[in-house]
Amino acid sequence: MGEDGIEAERLDELLLGIVERHGGDPGRLLQILREAQDALTYLPAAALTVIARALGLPRARVEGVAGFYSFLHLAPVGRYRVLFSDNITDRMLGSGELLDRLCNRLWIERGKVSEDGLVSVDTTSCTGMCDQGPALLVNGRALTRLSAERIDRIGDLIRAQVPLADWPGEYFRVDDNIRRRDVLLSSQWLAGEALRAAIARGAEAMLEEMKRSNLRGRGGAGFTTHIKWESARRATGRGERPTRYVVCNADEGEPGTFKDRVLLTSYADLLFDGMSVAGFTIGASRGLVYLRAEYAYLLPSLLENLERRRQSGLLGEALCGQSGVAFDIEIHLGAGAYVCGEETALLESLEGKRGVPRIRPPFPVSEGYLGQPTVVNNVETLCKAALIAIEGGAWFAGLGTKQSTGTKLLSVSGDVESPGIYEYPFGVSLAQVLRDCGAGNAQAVQVSGPSGSCLATHEFSRRFAFEDVPTAGACMVFGAHRDMFEVARNFAHFFAHESCGFCTPCRVGTSLVAGCMDKIANGHGSQYEINEIFQIHRLLHVASHCGLGQAACNPLFDTLHRFRPAYERRLRSLDFAPAFDLDQALAAARQMTGRDDAAAHFNERPLAGEA
Amino acid sequence: MGTVAASRKVRLATTSLAGCFGCHMSFLDIDERLFDLIERVDFDRSPLTDIKHCGACDIGLIEGGVCNAENIHVLREFRRNCKVLIAIGACAINGGLPAQRNHLDLGQCLQEVYLTGPGIVHGQVPNDPELPLPLDKVHPIHEVVRVDYFIPGCPPSGDAIWKFLTDLLAGRTPRLGHPLLHFD
Repeated sequence: MGEDGIEAERLDELLLGIVERHGGDPGRLLQILREAQDALTYLPAAALTVIARALGLPRARVEGVAGFYSFLHLAPVGRYRVLFSDNITDRMLGSGELLDRLCNRLWIERGKVSEDGLVSVDTTSCTGMCDQGPALLVNGRALTRLSAERIDRIGDLIRAQVPLADWPGEYFRVDDNIRRRDVLLSSQWLAGEALRAAIARGAEAMLEEMKRSNLRGRGGAGFTTHIKWESARRATGRGERPTRYVVCNADEGEPGTFKDRVLLTSYADLLFDGMSVAGFTIGASRGLVYLRAEYAYLLPSLLENLERRRQSGLLGEALCGQSGVAFDIEIHLGAGAYVCGEETALLESLEGKRGVPRIRPPFPVSEGYLGQPTVVNNVETLCKAALIAIEGGAWFAGLGTKQSTGTKLLSVSGDVESPGIYEYPFGVSLAQVLRDCGAGNAQAVQVSGPSGSCLATHEFSRRFAFEDVPTAGACMVFGAHRDMFEVARNFAHFFAHESCGFCTPCRVGTSLVAGCMDKIANGHGSQYEINEIFQIHRLLHVASHCGLGQAACNPLFDTLHRFRPAYERRLRSLDFAPAFDLDQALAAARQMTGRDDAAAHFNERPLAGEA
Repeated sequence: MGTVAASRKVRLATTSLAGCFGCHMSFLDIDERLFDLIERVDFDRSPLTDIKHCGACDIGLIEGGVCNAENIHVLREFRRNCKVLIAIGACAINGGLPAQRNHLDLGQCLQEVYLTGPGIVHGQVPNDPELPLPLDKVHPIHEVVRVDYFIPGCPPSGDAIWKFLTDLLAGRTPRLGHPLLHFD
């Protein structure tokens, strides 16, 4: 469709149909663009114009949104768009070689569409399959456990233009890999149990139980959940139709994290119960799930689940037969932007805008989605809230530690025998986790993803809890044979790619840091670059608009403190070295002029302090 | 000892590499403040003195990016001799206007200009050893030597340059506030 274009009339008809299905609501712009792209393979300029006109939006606004998200394309892409997950855990499993293998097999260059428009191959940020990588996405569908044979077969399937639906089902298999169950993962409550328990308690009493439980957010920041709920409940809505919202953050983008995927796959009832309990408690009638695009394959089963709940009275106008208690849930898909995991960027994205974080305050609990009081909670947090509704706050507070009650799901990947999901009560030591997952000779663990912290062997006795090592759940384990410099470099490029571009410190700083790391990797590095990294770290920490920029240098800061020799052995000079090969930079001119005299070369050894 | 050190005149060198001398013109825009400056500063190599090689200096001001072999030699001479090296203006900091050639292939460029362009008969690419060879790309100066400070602007205003130098001479970490960094 892409190349010969599509006639204006048909384009109009197609797009106006999509816009109409979304009620002509400009707030649904992102969802409209996603669907338009599904139909057209990419978003041609003419399509953006039609959509802008139909929604009554400035065209620049529509293009601004379309240009923001990695998975929306303004130029033609291959009919098969292959994206290798580029997390460090995928690389450790050989994703780089597999990518080259596929490119060679298809006779294409990485990042470019083949001349016949059939296929393109590139990388994308972590797809959340670290326990069964290397992984890739083909036209948005996740493929796991890649091997050389599988890659060859995929090359054949693409060349033969076999529709994705006819590819071997085994390729798309995603396992839960649950390795240790505690109270959440061993629970077997029927759908609606938690909601009925909450309604029986009443909203005030439910809030009291939440307070007693001392549940803290599982997305990483660890904010106390009942304070969010109570603030939203007490806040008054705005405008003519004041209302409240419950938003589930299922934009699990932190590299190395995949626990929410498992909860969405096998514990969706508990999640929807948790959202309904939150809705009932704060007096919201609508819930929204923001599902990351990489997990779009879960959408059909989630929608089916919601429909089932509507039919059995667990969603809709009169929840569990209680008139006046209304709640329904809708699912929005993201489009490949890590920053949308930040709650206010997520709200912007839900409203159909670029995912740029808002200035806080006001916090979402007073002015969130569409300006109304909104509770934004992580998937795991809402599942825990459902358990609290059933078992009570005191029971929950009895688990874990004083300030970190309950259990925590850990996503374990990397150099371990049994990667997967481990549920422990808070307070478990890292050493215990490493023993259980079979991490033989780990030298480091990246906790809570690139924006978290890197711990070395002397710190393995530390414990997961907000009192000691806070975590959103990711544990990427690195064996003694891994190069921690390359780990940090992968993370530096991740942040440079995912910076939303709104604030200069982060947009420029993350690129400068990635440049420093490349310069060191290419053998042109010096002490100067290391000083530079520390300086940019300080600057990003104080000057960035949101947590992405503030955390962007954490992995470099941590590895520079714990694995400095991994950097130093690459340095060319302890003072300064040029960023490029000076002599090589004259090669083209030498060839054109035929000169080879002394002045046509830079051969001398650099002196201290200069090139 | 302290007062002696404080009263000693500071030695300052300036040069333009791949630049347009616009930053030097802007430097002259400090106008009558030049008289104040000359009380506290001796000029070493600079277009103002016509000294050809830089000696031991306190401060070196570099305008322009690095586009050829000679630029690198001059830049290294400055780095060797100056305690503090300052990149001044967009070209020194980012490559600026000359770096717009970076998306062209140098070989093809020379070929078209000297060999195959319209009206050229018996053309030849100049190859006299006196001529510095062009680099395949234009680079900001911090990619070739360590740089201590940066004065942004195209060009930075005379006021910005004055503020920067007086801060430096007085022992304050130079800091251009918002008005001096505000370009539109």
